[in-house]
Amino acid sequence: MLITCPYCGPRDLSEFTYQGDGNRQRPAPNSQDLDAWNAYVYDRQNPAGDHNEIWQHSGGCRIHIRVVRNTLTHAISSAVPVRGHHGGKA
Amino acid sequence: MSPRRTEQGGRIDRARTIRFTFDGAAYSGHPGDTLASALLANGVSLFGRSFKYHRPRGVLAAGVDEPNALVTILRGEAREPNIPATMVEIHDGLVAESQNRFPSLSWDVSAVNQLAGPLISGGFYYKTFMGPIIGPLKGTRFWMVCERFIRRAAGLGRAGTVPDKARYERMNAFCDVLVVGAGPAGLTAAKAAAEKGARVILADLEPRLGGSANWSGEVIDGKPAAEWAAAAVNDLRAVDNVRLLPRTTVWGYYDGNTLAALERVSDHKQHPAKGEPRHRQWTIRAKTVVLATGALERPLVFPGNDRPGVMLAGAAERYANEFGVLPGQKVAVFTNNDSAYRAAHALKQAGAAIVAIIDVRADISADMLDFAGKAETEMLPGHAVVAAEGGRKLTGIKVQRFDAASGTVSGEPRSVAVDCLLMSGGWSPAIHLASQAGAKAEWNEALQAFLPPKPTQKWTGAGAFTGAFSTDEAIEQGHAAGLAACSAGRDHFDAPAIEAAPGAPGSEPVFEIQVTGKSFVDFQHDVTAEDVRLAHREGFVSVEHLKRYTTLGMATDQGKTSNVPGLAIMAAALGKAIPQVGTTRFRPPYSAVSIGSLAGERHGDLKPERLTPMHDWHIANGATMYSAGLWWRPQIYGHAGETVEQAYVRETKGTRGTAGIVDVSTLGKIAVQGPDAAELLDRVYTNMFSTLAVGKARYGLMLREDGLAFDDGTTWRLGEQDFLMTTTTANAGKVMQHLEYFLDVIWPELKVTITSVTDQWAGAAIGGPNARAILAACVEGTAVDNAALPFMGIVHGEIGGVPVMICRLSFSGEMAFEVYCGADWGTHVWETLMEVGKPFGLVPYGLEALGTMRIEKGHVTGAEIDGRTTARDLHLDWMLSKKKPFVGSAMMDREGLVAADRLQLVGIVSLDNRPLNGGAHIVEQLDEENPHGSIGHITACCYSPSLGKYIALALVEGGKARHGSRAFTSDPLRGRFGPVEIVSHHFFDPEGSRMHG
Repeated sequence: MLITCPYCGPRDLSEFTYQGDGNRQRPAPNSQDLDAWNAYVYDRQNPAGDHNEIWQHSGGCRIHIRVVRNTLTHAISSAVPVRGHHGGKA
Repeated sequence: MSPRRTEQGGRIDRARTIRFTFDGAAYSGHPGDTLASALLANGVSLFGRSFKYHRPRGVLAAGVDEPNALVTILRGEAREPNIPATMVEIHDGLVAESQNRFPSLSWDVSAVNQLAGPLISGGFYYKTFMGPIIGPLKGTRFWMVCERFIRRAAGLGRAGTVPDKARYERMNAFCDVLVVGAGPAGLTAAKAAAEKGARVILADLEPRLGGSANWSGEVIDGKPAAEWAAAAVNDLRAVDNVRLLPRTTVWGYYDGNTLAALERVSDHKQHPAKGEPRHRQWTIRAKTVVLATGALERPLVFPGNDRPGVMLAGAAERYANEFGVLPGQKVAVFTNNDSAYRAAHALKQAGAAIVAIIDVRADISADMLDFAGKAETEMLPGHAVVAAEGGRKLTGIKVQRFDAASGTVSGEPRSVAVDCLLMSGGWSPAIHLASQAGAKAEWNEALQAFLPPKPTQKWTGAGAFTGAFSTDEAIEQGHAAGLAACSAGRDHFDAPAIEAAPGAPGSEPVFEIQVTGKSFVDFQHDVTAEDVRLAHREGFVSVEHLKRYTTLGMATDQGKTSNVPGLAIMAAALGKAIPQVGTTRFRPPYSAVSIGSLAGERHGDLKPERLTPMHDWHIANGATMYSAGLWWRPQIYGHAGETVEQAYVRETKGTRGTAGIVDVSTLGKIAVQGPDAAELLDRVYTNMFSTLAVGKARYGLMLREDGLAFDDGTTWRLGEQDFLMTTTTANAGKVMQHLEYFLDVIWPELKVTITSVTDQWAGAAIGGPNARAILAACVEGTAVDNAALPFMGIVHGEIGGVPVMICRLSFSGEMAFEVYCGADWGTHVWETLMEVGKPFGLVPYGLEALGTMRIEKGHVTGAEIDGRTTARDLHLDWMLSKKKPFVGSAMMDREGLVAADRLQLVGIVSLDNRPLNGGAHIVEQLDEENPHGSIGHITACCYSPSLGKYIALALVEGGKARHGSRAFTSDPLRGRFGPVEIVSHHFFDPEGSRMHG
């Protein structure tokens, strides 16, 4: 699998670290809503199809990348730096 | 009569002779021969014994699909088993052995299994050894007893035990077009793409590129097909945007058009060139792939179809035309399709007598009858072979009338004396790579074959792979595929003129002649048609279950010849059509891959070694080095005759008595800088850092998001917006990644830059009653007294003319200082400190003494911050700020994390004056016979010179509430049991008077 790092170009999977489900919503830091915290810490989406994921180019420039990957085909339709591409995520 | 070499013809170099041995006997062949062709040319028909019944077996095929003729190749003492003799190129000095025979190939004691055949049916092992046998040897245990004997009797080659000294390497390649298969389709595709300027890789598993052109006997562009192919290969070799990879099996098709290929670089050489690897493993990233992998011929299933001398028709054609070998001299042909007629013709031309052509079809086309006429043979349409007879050699066959529609035989069987029977059950396109790439195969009724489906990755198909079995179609498709692969439009194409052998591509849907006798479907795993039907009678209906129960298609050949006949017989038993039964998905590898090539150069100890700047000094001064993660650190600086314990006790006493120094360069160090640096630290640490004064340090604790303890360390405020964070040695990388994640993903608004500076700083911790005096004697540019350098204070100065940064903090519990300087000055500063410290009794100490002093002080490390403990468990709840949220603050108070019976940090004192063991359990009741009732475990232990006792830290249920109580250590693994006392983890100087001075 190749991931196109926005800075470094297409690179082999082995250069990246999976950093989890990109749909997770971190509650406000002082939130006492334990259900929301539980959902953030433990719940992961596992769609058959496009999945919003966070990857770090840990063997390269080390930025975090928001990757949309199809879990059935591994086709990557988008890879952008997480910074500046929030989509409203906390 | 036997197989023999033809008078002329073939793509071998008859002018040169190669000598090799097989089972100890010397043979000769010619360059261009495979082991199979050379042995056949020498009249050898018996190649091995079968897996289960030890039946004599010969050669069935001529290529990678060979299931029978498996041999072991010996290279020095290294042995490589289960190599198809059809895939071994002979060279001088080649040593090969047959397999699965004892004491010899021609006289094998286990052949008695043939008599017990009915007992060793499908599922025999499961039924016999896994079943509900009564008594002590029931079920699995009984199986385990019998297994070792069965494994020796059944099975294939024996693996070697000596290390493989051959060299293997890995290679990455990128191309516009990867063409797999160098037959007429592949060659044409490669040529078309190369002419458009594409970077092309053309790979073929055979040594001789050209595929069917090497044996088809056709004429292309007025030349023999083999010469046309050789010219095409030369043309491709001449252009520099084409890379030719002969002897290279593309065995895996992975995501993103990544393909794996094994190149057998020097197996065919007696003396590989210097530095030449044995195998080369390719990872090829291709923009597009042209699959021109051809087709594999299927056997027919009838009694005795595994006898030596029964061969696939296409294979015999190949032996005759490509290798100049006649597999037999009195030959019969048994077929359900036209292709075998061409083989009959080829063998006739090569000098064999074609005794009869037995065709299951009653109506034979005029073309084929004409062909048969040229072969001067008896035609038996509407007939079938019902038995092949003989032992180590075929002596004859029995033929009966056959009705293809009903599948029944009639009339009297007639014997025909032959020494070779060619069979053809039709052709299956080699769709393995397309199937691996992710799409389901589709059954084609007209061709009686699974065809490749629509691509799910970027590939196009050409030639027999697509079901187009004629050479002119292959060339036409190859050209189109080559252009499509490089996105070029169709252009004018002068297709070469081809004089092809006639014949229709389809085959009659006859897979088995169902009469009494052993009819093999999977030759390599000895699975018969009756085994498949038995599996059906026992209730197996899914093709996946059938495969696993009978092991059909699970041998090293992965069912290349057996897959479709097996499905057909299963479908017939179920009363279904083949597409309703479906097929199993092909998995990588297409054929066997050497493990060595997967490892490449990556074997042995591959860990990088991290050495501190003072490493050489430690070695020169008697340190025993110890591997801590990737780092090498001094364990002890032992004196002659000292044990490890004596050494660390001396070093600890020296430090607590006068002064000691330890290399702490391995601690993780992260520069945290920017306007929001303090804010970031407040968020990731449980305690406050924004209130920390410039020039001061603070001990910090980090939690994970789930509220469990993560890492600890001191962070120094060097400036308003400039912090130096230290982490534990083991967690340096994890903490860095943790911070990067939060800055990139959660709090991108924070203006902070973080930089790993672990390798930029050398660090030494100097502690003990004389430590301050030593610094005072060598530090210039700053005072180090209590006013200038209070506890947790930081000063900048020079030691030996080198700038240093000194922080007064203590891990040992003594008055102690951490001295940092630029990494390249590490040894200089260290040596200066040692020199100045000599009159003050300064001793270097290693990890053992470091651990001893931290255990005495009850400080935690990774052994206690083990991913399961909370701050409270470790008595660090005083560090949990209530004034601010931090990472983990919302989750750390969950019910389970504050329960009273959690494992908490305590101290343990050995009451029998014997050493304790890390990992030993703590129990309330000692029961050496039946250890049980663990209330916790020891995390770290040592002899404490300060207490004069063996002590330990432990995580124990209830923790503090047990202080002062008796318990026992229980370590059945090492046989260590004994009484202990549970105490506070602060063993030594609990008030901290020594470090505060």
